[in-house]
Amino acid sequence: MIPSAFDYAAPDSLDVALQTLADGGEEAKPLAGGHSLLPLMKLRLAAPTLLVDLRRVPGLRSVEREDGSWRIGALTRHADLQGRRELGAVGEATALIADQQVRNRGTIGGSLAHGDPASDLPTVLLAMEGAVTVRGGAGTREITAADLFQDYLTTAVAPGEILTEVRVPALEGWGHAYEKFSRRAEDWAMVGVCALVQRGEDGSCADVRVALTNMGSTPLRALAVEESLRGGPLDDGAIAAAAEQADEGTDPPGDLNASPQYKRHLARVLTRRALRRAAEG
Amino acid sequence: MGAAGAETAERGLPGGNGYVGRALKRKEDPRLITGRATYVDDLVLPGTLYAAIVRSPEAHARIASIDVSAAAAREGIEAVFTGEDMDDLAAPCPMVWVPPGVEVHVPDHWPLARGKVGYVGQAVAVVLGSDKYAVVDAAEEVLVDYEPLPVVVDPEAALRDGAPIIHEQFGTNQVFEWELAGGDVDAAFAEADVVMERRVVNHRTAGAAIEPRGALAEWREDHLTLWSSTQIPHVARVILSIELGIPEERIRVVAPEVGGGFGSKLQVYGEETLTAWCARKTGRPVKWTATRSDDMLTTHHGRDQIDYVRIAATREGELKAIDVRVIQDCGSYHLIEGPVIPTFTSCVVSGVYDFDAVRTTIVGVFTNKVTTDAIRGAGRPEATHLIEVCIDQLADELGIDRLELRRRNFIRDFPNERPHGFVYDSGDYDGTLDKCLELLDLDGFRREQEQLRSDPDRPVYRGVGFSTYVEICGLGPSRALGPDGWGMQGGYFESAQVRVLPTGGVMVYTGTSPHGQGLETSMAQIVADRLGLAPDAVEVIHGDTNTGPFGKDTYGSRSLSVGGEAVARAAEKVQDKAKRIVAHKLEAAPEDIEVAEGVFRVKGSPEQSMTLAEVATEAYIPADLPEGLEAGLDEISFYDPDNFVWPFGAHACVVEVDAETGRVEIVRWIAVDDCGPAINPKLIDGQVHGGAVHAIGQALYERIHYDEAGQLVTGTFVDYGLPTAAEVPSFETARTETRSPTNTLGVKGVGEAATIAASPAIVNAVIDALRPLGVRYIDMPLTSERVWNAIQEAKR
Repeated sequence: MIPSAFDYAAPDSLDVALQTLADGGEEAKPLAGGHSLLPLMKLRLAAPTLLVDLRRVPGLRSVEREDGSWRIGALTRHADLQGRRELGAVGEATALIADQQVRNRGTIGGSLAHGDPASDLPTVLLAMEGAVTVRGGAGTREITAADLFQDYLTTAVAPGEILTEVRVPALEGWGHAYEKFSRRAEDWAMVGVCALVQRGEDGSCADVRVALTNMGSTPLRALAVEESLRGGPLDDGAIAAAAEQADEGTDPPGDLNASPQYKRHLARVLTRRALRRAAEG
Repeated sequence: MGAAGAETAERGLPGGNGYVGRALKRKEDPRLITGRATYVDDLVLPGTLYAAIVRSPEAHARIASIDVSAAAAREGIEAVFTGEDMDDLAAPCPMVWVPPGVEVHVPDHWPLARGKVGYVGQAVAVVLGSDKYAVVDAAEEVLVDYEPLPVVVDPEAALRDGAPIIHEQFGTNQVFEWELAGGDVDAAFAEADVVMERRVVNHRTAGAAIEPRGALAEWREDHLTLWSSTQIPHVARVILSIELGIPEERIRVVAPEVGGGFGSKLQVYGEETLTAWCARKTGRPVKWTATRSDDMLTTHHGRDQIDYVRIAATREGELKAIDVRVIQDCGSYHLIEGPVIPTFTSCVVSGVYDFDAVRTTIVGVFTNKVTTDAIRGAGRPEATHLIEVCIDQLADELGIDRLELRRRNFIRDFPNERPHGFVYDSGDYDGTLDKCLELLDLDGFRREQEQLRSDPDRPVYRGVGFSTYVEICGLGPSRALGPDGWGMQGGYFESAQVRVLPTGGVMVYTGTSPHGQGLETSMAQIVADRLGLAPDAVEVIHGDTNTGPFGKDTYGSRSLSVGGEAVARAAEKVQDKAKRIVAHKLEAAPEDIEVAEGVFRVKGSPEQSMTLAEVATEAYIPADLPEGLEAGLDEISFYDPDNFVWPFGAHACVVEVDAETGRVEIVRWIAVDDCGPAINPKLIDGQVHGGAVHAIGQALYERIHYDEAGQLVTGTFVDYGLPTAAEVPSFETARTETRSPTNTLGVKGVGEAATIAASPAIVNAVIDALRPLGVRYIDMPLTSERVWNAIQEAKR
């Protein structure tokens, strides 16, 4: 497993990192936890000419509450987030990423910038209607989750830009659930479903969001499910009926372990389970 | 729970001080756990050239041309060789199975392809240079012009008329057809009340050792030294001598620490020959280390049988005959023994049951895939799987309880000659099943199963499956396996040398080549008891053809039952000689000397004693030895067994199936195994855990899959799903101890037993769980989609 030759830099400020990246041209790539990029390089499926390692850049590893949101530094490791109840679906989903070794190295910013539709965090960000901050030569901009994921392994983060921060609404009073179905514990999701439910005072569904992992070339919102539930009752029957629409508008890729038809079935089952759990608070 | 008798020492030991039978920690573990073990890739020789291999991306193609000029011109590249450059090899890879009276097609298999390729990953060229990165870059610039040929990957399709022929010289893709039979099979089927038929697919798997293969070769003054990650250094020396035309005495093969093999390193690969050839050609040390991708593509695979099973029985459940047609996918070329592997299926195809007649017909087939050969269990997991799954299927058809059907047909008299000529040495199949059921609490399980299923809102489908198995191991009696038996061109004895040093410590040289089994510990225990020592005073040396006598290495669960027996016998020769010296010094008769409490002493006069160190002083300063006794204290034994050994046991697996998704979770695993008296129960537990995980992997997750174009789809550990700790249950192990009459230790092998036992227990458990939904049969691997599909089909 020997990658093609590449240069390596580990600058100690974001400005220098951006400059180094710009100087490196199109084949320069930022390196965070390395758990998506390095395996691709070892298989020679990716061959960047320069890696700009962000590990020495200060201020990118933090979790802070600000107004109604959580601001999470891009280099924050999954292990820093896993199981934290106050982070809602982020805390739940990060605990299910791969295995502990990967969670100890992999970062939230790296996972989002990589844009793998089989990854868990893009789905969670989409469901939570979060956003990321990126910095580039032209300055700082914010990209909403809905705009971030453009295609398979393709995000709106442009070459030369670095994703610096993730912002998710705290969604206090919402119930959440991330249902991940994988072959083995450490595998990518065959299908995953993130459900967020806000109950009204009468117990009905005040608001709901559902997003799907690995059901297309990007994470997807299950809008038909949401519309079916929003404003209505949250009983088992209503949830089950809504969940039947989970695969509407999806085009899941098949693989050796899961045909498109089976993935559609899983999306319906997991959506029902996730909604039930989220509705319980 | 721990194994029974873990700390018992009250065995009938030859002069024992009680180490045999104890669950000692492994002597080899500290260096392994602390990262201080030395594997091939850790070895550094000055001036080494690194090898990168150019591999075929085509599954079947003619090689029109190879242009190495761009690669050779790159900086730091010393040489590039192709198959044509290696025309001085003395022989292609020798396939050592030559069954009398059976035609086996053996295509020439060279380290680098000559003229055509037959599978993706086949080696085509090698690039050598002093920088291990530069050679990989240069290998990408070797330009090979392939003319693709039609590809066939399905062995049954390969046998049909009109299929692409992989080796034109044979005019067929059939490798061989061989039958092993006994009893009147046809009459039994003609007279049978019931004939049950099933097609059982046992899919292809990988050995997936954590250390990939690797080799380092040094050529110096017409002598070759090859360090290789191999299970078989002694066999490798013979084969390298044949292939390279180098006299055997000028070759030294060393297996340093080897990070797992599971049969995948019971092999002499083209890369080992190639590395040695390159070292001779260039005069420089040459190192090749497989990547994981290399390993998945080119290290031999295992299993890959389609088994057509027919069982004849009476309506009352008396088993009469079994007739199995095995279609064995051999891949496109053979390595040293591949086609013989399904023969081991035939040995135990009738399992623990008293069939009157047994027939196995084996058809080997060439396909455009890598070679299949021995992987943990090697033919026997296939046998256990088909018989144990089919016994459950038959019980269903007959309406007889599946354990009752088993008990009605258990073999109970031992030794027991089976219709097809094999003699089961000893057994107590009721005993292991009784113990297994006791641990399981079957009645309690059935109540729980019923209760969980009956929840109207969320029915939970639990099931239990059993495997009552016997296996054949302890390879093996040369008379049975050798040229006039099955036709293996070799002997299967084992050797041991026990050398007492002048200061009383002991070196043991075993001809086996352990690579994780723990034999440095178990063999030390055997010797310690016989010589009045602690195991710490016994060093076990292995894996170097320049030390100790010629050996036959490690595979087929042979290292203790054959290799350990040789060690015991050599130690007893030393003990006998030491007793003569002690008797002489203490003025007693040799037969009155015993080994006890760490000394050699006169029976009845324990104050009259000598330590082994004192005996060694007498032996190495031979001023006062008994008349006619040679100096020294150093003995060799060669042991060739009369029979195989036949471990057995009963495994129970409890699964929970999510009927909505098809997901299978293992809830409990109970393994009761009988491998004779335990030398070290901790090692047995370890083998049972690992062996069962190996089978769980095949049953639920692991699958080598090639697409129609012959491309390997599952070539990484992402796609090839080895189970991790998260996927396996906490194993509940127990043992019974039934001595084998084959060797004096009474032991049977256990390295493969649980792998051989386990897969049918899972399949039977899943079918048991889903019986209320109408599911009757599923082939492995039980992926969630496959299980879900079976549930959907049953609903229709």
